Parts: sequence; structure tokens; C-alpha cells
Amino acid sequence: MEFSRRDTLALGLGAAVVTVLPFSVNAAADDVIATFTGGADMGDAGIDLTAPEIAENGNTVPVEVSAPGASAILLVATGNPTPGVAQFNFGPLAGSQSASTRIRLAGTQDVVAIAKLADGSFAKASSTVKVTIGGCGG
Amino acid sequence: MASGVKPRVKVPKKAAAGDVITIKSLISHKMESGQRKDKEGNLIPRSIINRFTVEFNGQSVLDMTMEPAISTNPYVQFEATVPEAGDFVFTWYDDDGSVYDTTKSVAIG
Repeated sequence: MEFSRRDTLALGLGAAVVTVLPFSVNAAADDVIATFTGGADMGDAGIDLTAPEIAENGNTVPVEVSAPGASAILLVATGNPTPGVAQFNFGPLAGSQSASTRIRLAGTQDVVAIAKLADGSFAKASSTVKVTIGGCGG
Repeated sequence: MASGVKPRVKVPKKAAAGDVITIKSLISHKMESGQRKDKEGNLIPRSIINRFTVEFNGQSVLDMTMEPAISTNPYVQFEATVPEAGDFVFTWYDDDGSVYDTTKSVAIG
């Protein structure tokens, strides 16, 4: 088979689309984040996210978030079929604005935590977790 | 109501006034994500706990929204301030409308 100029162009275009596709998976995650922040800019100071580098079992991945003075923290798994994980709203009697829980991850992906800080600004932290066995069944 | 739901909470029995204490909570619940399929290939409908709240003498400590990405038997660890003696009330809200709650008292001393 001989490649005409047109064929080659089409091939190149196809390849470009394939490489760009994985990013569109994050669109749902971006929506969840935008609903929380209202589209505001995010800093990166004032929030800590502790997650393992490698999780053998995606069904229970321990994560910890901490953001001193924050009123709310949103946790998002960017590669999950439903990206939202949890939202912590801290009341006046919270001893510290931190919490830890166990989450499910469908595969290797970035886990993102966003805090609404006391002054109304937002801070973001993210951590890549490598998952050996995904946790969404199926 | 999902079967076999049992809340378990670990709270110190005593604390000094104004102390910050660590609370561990766990509720046995299958947290069906709505993504899995049964043997015939039908989707198993979602059935999770979607909200968890903690109050101390009526004041909020934590109000957490849960999504399907929370693991089976949701476990949450957090910290709370104890200004006076009183009761912690833990409440879990199920997708099917059930509400599970448990109360733990803390004494000052």
C-alpha cells in the first residue's frame, strides 16, 4: 500500500487525537472541582495530602488530608468513573482541619485535594498513586 | 435498609476541658458503587452511605459528603475539641433513606 500525502496527514491527525484523548478523561474531574471552587484560582500552600506512592489494592487506599484553618476540603480521584470522592466540612468544634479515610481507585492516577481556606481562597495538592489492582470491579 | 450495618466509634472516655481528641469511626457497609456487574452482566445498583456527620452537644464537628469512591466499611479518622463534658452524636445517612446513629459520652477529668 502506498501512502498518499492525504493519507499520511489523516494518519498523523488520528495519532494526535489518540494522544490527546487521555486528558479528556479529566474533564469530569475538572467539573467537580469547578463546582467546588466556582472557578477560582488555586494556590498550592496550606494543604497537605498524604497518599501512598504505590497501592497494591485499589479497593482500599488510605489517604489523609490536612489544611489548617480550612472550612472545607474536597477530595477528587481524577481517573475514577465518578471523580468525586468526598467533601469534608469542618465545624466549629473540629480539633484540626484534618481527616483520614480509605478510598477506591480504579487505576493509576492523580488524587487531588482542594481546601477552602479561612480567607476564602483555595489551595490544591495532588499526589500520584500507582495502583496494581483497580478497585472498581467489573 | 442494607443488612449488617453496624457503626463502631472509638472515643476517649475522659478528656481535659479544651483538649483535642482523635476519633476513629467505622461503619460496616458494603458501599456498592453502582459500577460493578453481577454474573449475568447486569449493573448492581448503587447503595452507599452518602453523608456522615458528627456533632458535640449540638455543635458541628464534621460534616462529610461521601461518593462511591469511599471504600467498603467507611473508615474516618479526625480530631475534635472537647470544651465541656457531653455527648458526641455520629450519624450516617444511607442512599435508601436509612439513618444510623450512635452516641458516645465524654467526661471531663
